[in-house]
Amino acid sequence: MSDPIIRLDSIEKHFGNVIALNGVSFDVRPGECHCLLGDNGAGKSTFIKTMSGVHRPTKGTITFEGRPMSFASPRAAMEAGIATVFQDLAMIPLMAVSRNFFMGREPTRGWGPTRRIDLAQMNAVTMAEMRKMGINLRGPDQAVGTLSGGERQTVAIARAVHFGAKVLILDEPTSALGVRQTANVLATIDKVRAQGVGVVFISHNVRHAMAVGDRFTVLNRGKTLGTAARGEITSEQLQDLMAGGQELARLESTLGGTV
Amino acid sequence: MTNTPDSAPVDERIRAEPLVARLMKRPELGAIAGLVLVTGFFLATASEAMFSLSGVLNFLSPAAQLGILAIAASLLMIGGEFDLSIGSMVAFAGMIFGACVVNLGLPLILSIPLTLVFAALIGAANGLIVLRTGLPSFIVTLAGLFMLRGLSLVGLKWLTGGSTQLRGIREAVAEDLLTPLFSGDAFGGLFAGLAQAGLIDSFPNGAPKVPGIPVEILWFIGLALAATWVLLRTPAGNWIFAAGGDATAASNSGVPVRKVKIALFMLTAACAALLAIMQVMDAGSTDARRGFQKEFEAIIAAVIGGCLLTGGYGSAIGAFFGSVIFGMVVIGLTYNGFDQDWFQVFLGGMLLLAVIFNNAIRKRVTGER
Repeated sequence: MSDPIIRLDSIEKHFGNVIALNGVSFDVRPGECHCLLGDNGAGKSTFIKTMSGVHRPTKGTITFEGRPMSFASPRAAMEAGIATVFQDLAMIPLMAVSRNFFMGREPTRGWGPTRRIDLAQMNAVTMAEMRKMGINLRGPDQAVGTLSGGERQTVAIARAVHFGAKVLILDEPTSALGVRQTANVLATIDKVRAQGVGVVFISHNVRHAMAVGDRFTVLNRGKTLGTAARGEITSEQLQDLMAGGQELARLESTLGGTV
Repeated sequence: MTNTPDSAPVDERIRAEPLVARLMKRPELGAIAGLVLVTGFFLATASEAMFSLSGVLNFLSPAAQLGILAIAASLLMIGGEFDLSIGSMVAFAGMIFGACVVNLGLPLILSIPLTLVFAALIGAANGLIVLRTGLPSFIVTLAGLFMLRGLSLVGLKWLTGGSTQLRGIREAVAEDLLTPLFSGDAFGGLFAGLAQAGLIDSFPNGAPKVPGIPVEILWFIGLALAATWVLLRTPAGNWIFAAGGDATAASNSGVPVRKVKIALFMLTAACAALLAIMQVMDAGSTDARRGFQKEFEAIIAAVIGGCLLTGGYGSAIGAFFGSVIFGMVVIGLTYNGFDQDWFQVFLGGMLLLAVIFNNAIRKRVTGER
């Protein structure tokens, strides 16, 4: 198997006297989808933010493409190729898809007072990238607000990949979506993975994770409980790990296995 | 991975959008419709003189004075902020300009940049306070509205020894080479020639009835074109829409939201100062009451022009048409013999209509239901 693009070793993060992360180890290889599972409060958000350069770890090491790395800012992480798609997607509903796609990174042509954004290129690239992800836009000037939740997620993912993401961190991309849209987003993840991008898929939904994940790591109370490859673990086992074992097993018997 | 694909193939499942539907999505549509309506109304009720060359320039002149403010206000509104202090800024910048020219005796080449820079600094201060405190710009600049008005009164009394008017500006700048850029009429020679050739109306002595185009109209048109270019064709324009649409999302995508907003506050204040310079040079005096309530008229013109109060949507060319509607009504009422005070009723009515209309358009654009 290929070497990981990014490896985080025994990461600890303390906020004052609160220990948010207490020894988290995680890595992503190119072309795989590594799912990070955890219940609310397990430390998923803190961990993503550490990986994407928002927080600096209190202890532990980050290795990026074989070299030790400490990202000074989210911007630095982004430029290195770590793209994060947060739940709010960083998109403006009133703006056209193509303008959203290139927001903050507009291509220009001409110089001096005639320097202008290259709308033709923006539109063509946006249409092509979206088509690659299986979405046919009405036009590049369609406002993002008219897209469905799943389509918006796909625009955000396509944008990150287009701008050279090597690691793509997706923060609960399916949590607010319906069944069909979830399927679309999972299919998008599959396409991105096929392009050699390492995908970090954060979720608390075991079924969604099982659908696309190559490896699974469970986070509980700020610690990783270990990593398992596809086929080595069942969704019931994952579910139990996330909930900390015992309690959910007891709950499950009363709920008739519906959780 | 930055491949540029060949021309996109046409998707056969997508119907070509009809022209009307495409037009419906333009933010300035409301203003253009309003302009057609108002023009029709005055064509029907006002005397023909209103739409003669001199009549048109007559209503374009106040439109331009408002429009210089309204275009800047529209950019700021698209960027998600308000500036209620621009009306007072007109008086304040007028005082600074008057003091430079009369009290200090500086030439225009120094006085004008000084006034503009001073105003822009106050705009930057407004922006910094808004961004630092996270308070709504509405309230921060409302404070500015009163402070600048008060400072203009106090300052003018101090400069003149008790009067709220500073006179003698026309005399001070009469000989200055820059004066024709900011006051009077442009293309005087051309108009004289046209009158001689009998192409436009002239007095019995051969002088044209319209001596030229008031310079503020040229500034107004130039500003509208420049603002539209910036908004629609430059990265900065994209950033303005993004900053107003969702500041957090924009800054997460690498848009320098703070810089954009501060620059917009500075531009708005500088445009107020530009208007002040032109008004003061035209009138020959500066007055602490100058620009009274202009901030509201400018915002109304911007809203008629399609700007959303929530930011992130609007158009500079819309604000242009909004201002023309304004000028047309304020002057038109003297041509059709209506009571002038209908103007206020009209103003409120237009604002209400425009807001309702814009709200519907926004829902259409975003597909909200």
